[in-house]
Amino acid sequence: MNALRKFVDSVKPNFEKGGKLHFLHSTFDAFETFLFVPNTVSVKGAHIRDSIDMKRTMIVVCTALLPALLFGIWNVGFQHFLSINQEVGFWGVFGFGLGKVLPMIVVSYVVGLGIEFAAAQIRGHEVNEGFLVTGLLIPMVMPADLPLWMLALATAFAVVIGKEVFGGTGMNIFNPALLARAFVFFSYPSFISGDKIWIAGLTKGEGVVDGFSGATPLAKAMLEQLPFSAMETQNMILGTIPGAIGETSKLAILLGAALLIFTGIASWRIMLSVVAGGYLTGLLFNAVGGNAYMDMPAYYHLLMGGFAFGAVFMATDPVTASQTNRGKWIYGFIIGVMAVVIRVLNPAYPEGMMLAILLMNAFAPLIDYYVVQGNIKRREKRALLKVQSS
Amino acid sequence: MQQIVKLTKGLDIKLEGLPEKVLPKCPVPQSYALKPTDFHGLTPKMLVREGDRVLAGSPVFCDKYRPEIIFASPVSGTVAAVNRGERRALLEVVVAPDVENEFANFTAPDLSTATRESLVTYMLSSGAWPFLVQRPYGVIANPNATPKAIFISGFDSAPLAADADYLVNGEGAAFQKGVDVLKKLTTGKVHLSLCAEYPANTTFERAKGVEIYRIKGPHPAGNVGVQIHHIAPICKGEVVWTIAPQHVIALGRLFAAGVYDVSKVVALVGSEVKKPRYYRMIAGASLSGMAEFLNETSDEKKQRVISGNVLTGENVGIGGHLGFYHNEVTVIPEGNQYEMLGWIMPRFSKFSLSRTYFSWLSPSKRYRLDTNINGGQRAFTITGQYEKVLPMDIYPVYLLKAILAGEVEKMEQLGIYEVIEEDLALCEFVCTSKIDVQETLRKGIDLMMKEMA
Repeated sequence: MNALRKFVDSVKPNFEKGGKLHFLHSTFDAFETFLFVPNTVSVKGAHIRDSIDMKRTMIVVCTALLPALLFGIWNVGFQHFLSINQEVGFWGVFGFGLGKVLPMIVVSYVVGLGIEFAAAQIRGHEVNEGFLVTGLLIPMVMPADLPLWMLALATAFAVVIGKEVFGGTGMNIFNPALLARAFVFFSYPSFISGDKIWIAGLTKGEGVVDGFSGATPLAKAMLEQLPFSAMETQNMILGTIPGAIGETSKLAILLGAALLIFTGIASWRIMLSVVAGGYLTGLLFNAVGGNAYMDMPAYYHLLMGGFAFGAVFMATDPVTASQTNRGKWIYGFIIGVMAVVIRVLNPAYPEGMMLAILLMNAFAPLIDYYVVQGNIKRREKRALLKVQSS
Repeated sequence: MQQIVKLTKGLDIKLEGLPEKVLPKCPVPQSYALKPTDFHGLTPKMLVREGDRVLAGSPVFCDKYRPEIIFASPVSGTVAAVNRGERRALLEVVVAPDVENEFANFTAPDLSTATRESLVTYMLSSGAWPFLVQRPYGVIANPNATPKAIFISGFDSAPLAADADYLVNGEGAAFQKGVDVLKKLTTGKVHLSLCAEYPANTTFERAKGVEIYRIKGPHPAGNVGVQIHHIAPICKGEVVWTIAPQHVIALGRLFAAGVYDVSKVVALVGSEVKKPRYYRMIAGASLSGMAEFLNETSDEKKQRVISGNVLTGENVGIGGHLGFYHNEVTVIPEGNQYEMLGWIMPRFSKFSLSRTYFSWLSPSKRYRLDTNINGGQRAFTITGQYEKVLPMDIYPVYLLKAILAGEVEKMEQLGIYEVIEEDLALCEFVCTSKIDVQETLRKGIDLMMKEMA
């Protein structure tokens, strides 16, 4: 440790004001603070500070994503070999998935972090850690067969238009990872919707077993191939279904949710209210009835598609969600409602979660405005009562 | 009937170095200082010069804009130095004490017959007025105003705070006298808040003429601002005063014996103190004699000597002086070292409100925390954090944003009258983005005072 510290100290002057490499100081800072917690001491205010910082927060979120990611990698291989009806051992399956997913993660990080570093440099800020999570989320909400150049373009769009133009991490209105998905969704719809794209290699169609559909549960529900068998339901929970890389296993997502709630990093209020909103809307459709999709058991909605993943990892993004506790309940609930409404009532989009969250991202400040306004009203009323009684 | 207020939000930070309840003799301080910086927003005007002789209670300086408010020397002696900082701002007036402390003699008005005006005049002239702090703003009370109530917090919940029960031990008569004076100053009530967890000292329990409230909950339950918020919140245009127990006692002495006696019991606490204990000291005393009580006597860079507690105190150094309002001196290690990959390591010795560290495993463990801020400053990102440690119906982040934007009306609407720095100190402690909450809030309060003047 001392040798490394000495080395860092010896090169540091080059990056400080007046040094040859000063133009790279944000980059240097990023690497230095990655290696060492800085020696900054409190100057003003509280003399001691909580040990948590942005890096710790982000690494916990990444850890929470890990079960879903690892399962997703395995599932990419599993689905692929299922489609061509080939028996392969665990490591073969995982290896295939890794070969698909790892390049996507690398592309997402390289493109996104590249832009982040450049933006931090231009502003003279420290590099923000937010992209550590975003960079992992982006591949996880994409199909495994998405061309890498498309992923790169989507990432660049999300970071530049979704985040940097607003002023960087903490200032953005929309969740960058979802924005990346929305970008692909609207620009290259054939690469992110339909039956074939969710399984690696299926679009090419080489060696696919006759009659293998590759349809996701969402698509089946859309076509009213309902209700699901007990086996299908179990698969939806375990995650051995086609879908975006990270979203399939509800079990893995639940593990992540447990970690996020336990550590206090993500808001349990949002998660709970999204689930409540979705489930209650499902029940409402049950009551109305009309077709098989509406009559489908409400809990299917929580298991299908990206609902669970969105509720745990996307809706809870603290920057784009409501910031007040009361607002979080409202924000989450409407996300759940909207997601199911879009799914059931809109034939054009089988998956409503992405649009529901993006929509509510836009409305979150409004919700907060009314919640805070309520606080202001209470205070004014209190003053008014005083005046009247005196 | 005593009313109980239950608070659930907040955080008790358990630090090493709780004081043992003994009162040994402390080394005689070589100097005393009266620091204008102890009083927010004060512009002082000197009334003495270097070399002048002063008695305990003699005026040293006054408020330039409210010259009736004078600040008195805590001890008798000779003015040894007038230290100034940037742009000749007065930092401290140092008094070299006499061997035998000599009090200036005041003639106290008779409480039963005196008018309120005469009490105010007496307090102003004897230097006792700065005991009274006004809300909103947390500044010295305005002598021309009449508060709707006066609040005394009978316990301090801050980390390693001195035990208020111990501080007032045996001072029952002076405390009661002080309360009697306070009752004459307000048209409303005098409120005394005690901790609901344990029976308070008899001095508090037997106090007559006060409304006793019992407050239950973690820090900041002991903050008088939080108590006011739950007992009778401040509305626009209202003024309440607050006073600390040790100043109630000093006020009592002033009226009983006619002396300005600001001696008090002070706790020397923290992980860097060999034997944390209580000492009887006079406000403004030099701390240099305390050096022998510390683990590290020579190296200033290894420890921080704070007058006050770790959340709101002032870094005075071992050569510094005890603050006017402070009841403890806290010594903690400096955190000016690097830690390799610390953000990803388990770090069992670290404390955090979140469960991203393991401090939740041992809720009763006491920690040796240093002054490292544990990370870099970032934009506001994580939400819901401040709310966990602020037991008030206030949205702190929105208030801070209104302050940063300089929106006076919004600040008022969001409740700036109800808070001062100490109330939001925990928000600053828990902040992931390491934002300077207290400094921002003070800027907002200063702006508010300017706008409302």
